[in-house]
Amino acid sequence: MKYLKQFCIILLISFLGELLHILIPLPIPASVYGLVLMLTALCTGILKLTQVRETADFLIEIMPVMFIPAAVGLLESWSALQPIWLPVIVVTVLTTIIVMAATGRVTQYMIHRSHRQKMKGADTP
Amino acid sequence: MKAYLADSVFFGAVISLAAYEAGLLIRRRFKLAVLNPLLIATVCVMAVLTLFKVEYRHYNEGARYISYLLTPATVCLAVPLYQQLMLLRKNLKAVAGGITAGVLASLASVFVLAKLFSLTHEQYVTLLPKSITTAIGMGVSEELGGISTITVAVIIVTGILGNVIAESVFKIFRIEEPIAKGLALGTASHAIGTAKAMELGEVEGAMSSLAIAVAGLMTVVGASLFANLM
Repeated sequence: MKYLKQFCIILLISFLGELLHILIPLPIPASVYGLVLMLTALCTGILKLTQVRETADFLIEIMPVMFIPAAVGLLESWSALQPIWLPVIVVTVLTTIIVMAATGRVTQYMIHRSHRQKMKGADTP
Repeated sequence: MKAYLADSVFFGAVISLAAYEAGLLIRRRFKLAVLNPLLIATVCVMAVLTLFKVEYRHYNEGARYISYLLTPATVCLAVPLYQQLMLLRKNLKAVAGGITAGVLASLASVFVLAKLFSLTHEQYVTLLPKSITTAIGMGVSEELGGISTITVAVIIVTGILGNVIAESVFKIFRIEEPIAKGLALGTASHAIGTAKAMELGEVEGAMSSLAIAVAGLMTVVGASLFANLM
């Protein structure tokens, strides 16, 4: 019964996220509201980790599968894409690499810098 | 045969799961990053649908029950994030700086490339939200006057591409910190990238989950500003 209860809690939070999505006129999906709600519930202790953990781990593990239907749906968008496919492909490939490199490098640089500062602080008491 | 497949509510789900299982098997066998299970599964399903002339809407009759789980699964991303909260607090500045840099790089590079290809305003705003999660990206595209079906297609391609190339990109740009890898995956290729981050490790997965939400929200604001540039 553990899994049923956990799944119920997760669906309840998804439902609350959906409710917020309908009530608040912003382009923010139910899933992002739900993620914030779940995090808040865990941080405030309203929800304990043990009350959702196994089912959450399972859902996250099978997440890639959930993208297959949408990805197969690309078959349908081909007619819309056809006239501009070349620029679209170039933009997609380049920006994906640029964003990944920029985010990773900047984060890494800032982590290393703060480590160095701490080291310096330790050297000069 | 065709009529039977069109009527079945299980066909779409079964073929999706089976194709993913096949993808996992192939990857285990050859251990190549291009042989991504999601990519293999997608191509396999497309091939079967084309071969048996099954329409997408018939396939989706069963497959949509898999998509249905996407919202609850995204909600669950809060769990690994919660488990890494201490790490997040300790590196708050670096995390904020990294995601901001990524979002700006995304918007600016789309702008520059759109200028280069002299795209129309409509095509430009269609591409602006390409790195963020589908549901937010679709809304942003519609709001700015883009073509949301193309936005969705580009978002999915971006996700799969990021999932496939991530490890090579990390190697080339010498990105080694788990926090940096996670944020890079989440900011560049949203939830599909996060699936990859989860494979890399707990820290990577948690940071990638965080990046989906934060980069998504930043892009809502950023894209509306960038939309006026062209």
